Amino acid sequence: MIKRKIGILVIALLICIALFMFYGLGSNLSYILPKRAIRVWTIIVVASSIGYSSIIFQTITQNKILTPSIMGYESVFILFQTILVFLYGDKTFQVLQHSGNFLLSTLAMLVFSLFIYLIIFKNHQQNIYQLLLIGLILGTLFQTLSSFLQIIIDPNEFSIIENHMFASFSNMNTGLLSLATGLLIISFAIGQYFIKYLDILALGREHAINLGVPYNKMVQVLLLIISIMVSVSTALVGPILFLGILVSNITYQYLPTHKHKYLLLACSLISCIVVFLGQFLIEHIFNFSTAVSIIINFIGGVYFIYLILKSRK
Amino acid sequence: MLAFENISKKYGDRVILDKITAELQPGRITALVGTNGSGKSTLLSILSRLIEADNGSVSLYEQPLDTYKPNELAKKMSIMKQANHMDVKLTVKDLISFGRFPYSKGRLTKEDLKKVEEAIAIAELTEYQDSYIDELSGGQRQRAFLAMIIAQDTQTILLDEPLNNLDIKHSMLVMGTLRKLVNKFGKTVVIVLHEINFASHFADYIIAMKDQKIKYHLPTQEFIHQGKLKEIFGVNFDIIEHRNKKICSYFNNF
Repeated sequence: MIKRKIGILVIALLICIALFMFYGLGSNLSYILPKRAIRVWTIIVVASSIGYSSIIFQTITQNKILTPSIMGYESVFILFQTILVFLYGDKTFQVLQHSGNFLLSTLAMLVFSLFIYLIIFKNHQQNIYQLLLIGLILGTLFQTLSSFLQIIIDPNEFSIIENHMFASFSNMNTGLLSLATGLLIISFAIGQYFIKYLDILALGREHAINLGVPYNKMVQVLLLIISIMVSVSTALVGPILFLGILVSNITYQYLPTHKHKYLLLACSLISCIVVFLGQFLIEHIFNFSTAVSIIINFIGGVYFIYLILKSRK
Repeated sequence: MLAFENISKKYGDRVILDKITAELQPGRITALVGTNGSGKSTLLSILSRLIEADNGSVSLYEQPLDTYKPNELAKKMSIMKQANHMDVKLTVKDLISFGRFPYSKGRLTKEDLKKVEEAIAIAELTEYQDSYIDELSGGQRQRAFLAMIIAQDTQTILLDEPLNNLDIKHSMLVMGTLRKLVNKFGKTVVIVLHEINFASHFADYIIAMKDQKIKYHLPTQEFIHQGKLKEIFGVNFDIIEHRNKKICSYFNNF
C-alpha cells in the first residue's frame, strides 16, 4: 500500500519532468533542451533537499508546522548578500564570481549554525526549543540589520539584492549545480544511516534516551545535515519559506505512516512535483511575470493558516 | 544492582536533592513517595540518565551508569515518564515494537516479534493492538507505553507517576501488571507514586523523601505508621486494617 503510493508519486514526478522538458519546445532543440535540463536538475536538487530537511527538522522538534527557516539560515544568507553589495556596490560581481558567492554564503550559514550549537550544547542545555528560540532571535536581528543596510544602499544596487530575496530557478550555473549536487549526495548518504533513529526521535527525547539513542549527539548531527541542505538550496535559488511546511504536511496526509524511510522519500518526491508544477505555471501561464517562490509562499502561507486553524480545534 | 551515592542536584540556588545515597532491592517493587517538590521525580530522572546530577554517582551492577554504551544500558534499564502528547501516526503494536529497538535497531527478528506479542498479552492490550495511539483513552495509552517497556525486557524498570490522570480501573491494571512482572519475571521496579494506598498495597519497599533527602527506606509494612506518614506528608492519618492490608485514610483532617 505504501509502496504503491510512492510508486504513484514517482510516476507523477516523471510526468511532470516530461511536461516541463517537452511542452512548447519550438524549433531550436539544441539550445532549449540543455537549458531546460539544467533547470530540471536544479529543481530536483533544491526541492528534494527542502523536503528532506523539513521532515527531519519537524521530527526533531516534534512539531509539524515548523521549517528550518525558523533557525534564521535565510536571514544569514540575505544579510551576507546585502553586506556584499553594501561593500562593493555594482562591482559585486567583478569581485566575487557566482561560485565564490555560493561557497561563501553556504559557509556563512554553516558557521552560523555551528555557532548556535556551541552556545547550546556547551552549556548543557538540552532543550531543543531554546535552540530554536536563539535561532529565531538571531534571525530577526540579521533581518533587521539587512533592512537597515538596504535602506542606505543606492536603489539601483538594491535591485541586485532583490534578485537574491526571491527564489528563482530561471538562471542557473552548471558549475555551481554540480558542487551543490555533490554536497547533497554526501548529506543524503550520511542521512541514510540515521533514518532508523528518526523513527525513535519522533517519540521525543525521553523515549529516545530510554531506547538507547544517544540523543544529543544525534540531534547535533541531524541539525548539521539540515543546515547543509538548507544552505545549499538557499544559496542556489534563494529562500522559499513555506515550501517545507506545504510539502511535509501534504506528505503526512498522503502517507499515514511513522516510518521515515518512506516519509523522507515521499516528501522529496512531492516537493519536486510541487516546484515543477509551480515553475510550469510561471513559465507557460504567467509568462515569467512572477517568481515561483511567490506562488509557493502564497499557497504555502494559506495552507499554513489552515493548519493553525485546524490544530486549534 | 541499582545503587546511588551522594546524589546532589541544584537548579540555580534551589537545592532539589541533597547528597542522597541508597541501594535498591533487586526483584522487588520500591515506591518513591513524598510531597510535591520533595525531589522524587528528579531522583528518578537522574537514576535513568535523563538528567545529569551535579554530584554523586549512579551505578548498575556495580558499574557507573555513564560508562555504559547508551544501547547496552537500554537493554538493562528502562524508564517510563508520564505519557506526553505525541503527534505521530502509530498503532499500539508499532509503539510496542519500538521497545525492541535496542536489540534489533528497527529490523524486527522472530524473537522480537515474540517478545512484542508477549508484552501485548501481559499488558492485556490484544483487542487494541491495531488501534492508533491518538485514538486511545489516557489509560489505554499509558498501558501501551507500559507494554513498550515490557517488550524492552530490561531487568530494571523505572516509572514516573504512571498512575497520573488514570481512573481506578486503569490504575489497578497498571499496578497489577507491574506486580506480575516482579512476581513472575523477577524484575526490579522503582515507581514514583502519589497515592500512599497504592504504595502500601503494591510496593515491597518504600523510599520516603522529605526536604530533599531520603527520610525512610523501609519495607512497606514497617513504614506504614501514623507517625511516619504524618512526618512525610504533613497530614493526619488513620491506619485501618482490612483483610490483612493496611489502608491509610487521610480524610479525617477536615
